[in-house]
Order: sequence, then C-alpha cells, then structure tokens
Amino acid sequence: MNRIIVGAHYGLKDWLAQRLTAVTMALYTLLWLMIAGYHGGVDHDLWQALFANTAFRVATLLFGLALLWHAWIGMRDIWMDYIKPTALRLTLEMLTVVVLLCYAGWLIDILWGAR
Amino acid sequence: MRRLPVYFSVRIEPGCDIVGPKPMSSVERPVTKPRPVYLSLLRIRLPLPGIVSILHRISGAGLFLVGLPLLLVSMQWSLASPESFEALRATLANPLAKIVLIGLIWAYVHHFCAGIRYLLLDIHQFIDLKPTRQSSAVVLVVSLGLTLIIGALLW
Repeated sequence: MNRIIVGAHYGLKDWLAQRLTAVTMALYTLLWLMIAGYHGGVDHDLWQALFANTAFRVATLLFGLALLWHAWIGMRDIWMDYIKPTALRLTLEMLTVVVLLCYAGWLIDILWGAR
Repeated sequence: MRRLPVYFSVRIEPGCDIVGPKPMSSVERPVTKPRPVYLSLLRIRLPLPGIVSILHRISGAGLFLVGLPLLLVSMQWSLASPESFEALRATLANPLAKIVLIGLIWAYVHHFCAGIRYLLLDIHQFIDLKPTRQSSAVVLVVSLGLTLIIGALLW
C-alpha cells in the first residue's frame, strides 16, 4: 500500500494556539471597551493611570504576546500558501520571526522601560 | 475525524475546468486522497463565506504589515509624555491619518467578527449551507456597520 506522508503534525497545535490567542485578544478588547464605556472615553490622566497599574501592564503584555503568536501562525500560513520557491519562503518566514521578536522587545520596553 | 464544513464549497462557473490529478483506479488509489486541485482565480465566483474568508486573510495581513507597527509607535507616543500624547492626538486629527485609522478599524472589526464566526463553526454552529451563508452575511454587514459608526464618530 502506498501511503502519502503529509505534514509534520504541527497543524493541530497551531490550530489550537490560533484559537486560544484569539480568545485572549478578544477578552482584552472587551476589557478596553468596558473601561472606555465606564469612564465615557479615555483622556491622558486615565491613560497614564491605566498603564501605571502593574496588572494592566501584564494584561497588555499578555495581549501583545498573544497577538505576536497569532500573527506568526497567520503569516506563516500566508507564506506557505502563496510563496512556492522554498528559499524565498524560508527567508520571508525568518524575517517574520525576527520582526515579531523585535516587536516583543519593543512592547516590553514601552511597558516597563524608563520614562 | 472532523467533517469538512460546507463553507469550503466553491461555485464553479460553466466553462471553468478543474485541473487536477487524473482519476485513478481503486487499486492504485492511495489512502490519502491527492488534494491539490487548481482553480482559475479569475473564473471562479466565490460564495459569500468565501468572500468573508479571503477578507479575513487580507485584513489579517494588513493588520500585521501596517497595523502592528503603527500600534506600537502610537503606544510609545501616548505613554512617553503629556506633550507626545497631544502630538499623537494632533497627528490622528489629520484627515489622511483618519482614513488609515478607519481602514485599520475595519480590518480589526472584520477580523474579529469573522474570527468569532470561525470559533462558532469549530463548535459546529451554523455549519449547514444556509446558516453558514447567513452568518457570513451577518459578519460582512456588522463589520461594515460598526466601521461606519466608529468612522462617523471619529470624523
């Protein structure tokens, strides 16, 4: 019998990660809507107060990491679907990883850097 | 084994040939079906769920390429000092910036609504042909409507 071997079995893990990160981001979005709705808008004082709160910063970091992980899976799917030459595809995938890691560092710097 | 949801169905216009592997006899047919089927992009007409699907992909790519760097820059500006907070607000008051922002808001809202629909499809809601078409119409209308409302408030 000729079985065709397909994939490296990362599909299910990525499928699940895509959904868990999506739910994380949706909850954070709802949190923002509730805060803005409760205060009737967001001004500079509220903005500063929110980001001075460690719990809020941790929630924002969690949202950011979920976003970057989600973006990695989504962008990799796009490169896999449309970019046929392997060398070009791997280059784009690596660039995506590097950019996302830089964004992660940038986000941490914004949230916890000296200011 | 998960059943393929019906929203993957593609309406093929007359005269649009499906080019794919030749049919095999039952003896030589492998256990896994040969999957790639090549369709002419210019000649197939996507059903409503297909339009929601490709817009989900396009909005996701836009959010990564444009939205993510702009979000980080805005966050940095908004938190650095009261002056830079005001500078950000002044920049966003520019009509061109507003157009970009409204585009990104549509991308976020569409990606959000279409994503919720996929989560519902995952738990086998709206999985039949008629409900799945209706839910994709709802996604398109709600995301455009919300974008119009937010856009009007911003302007």
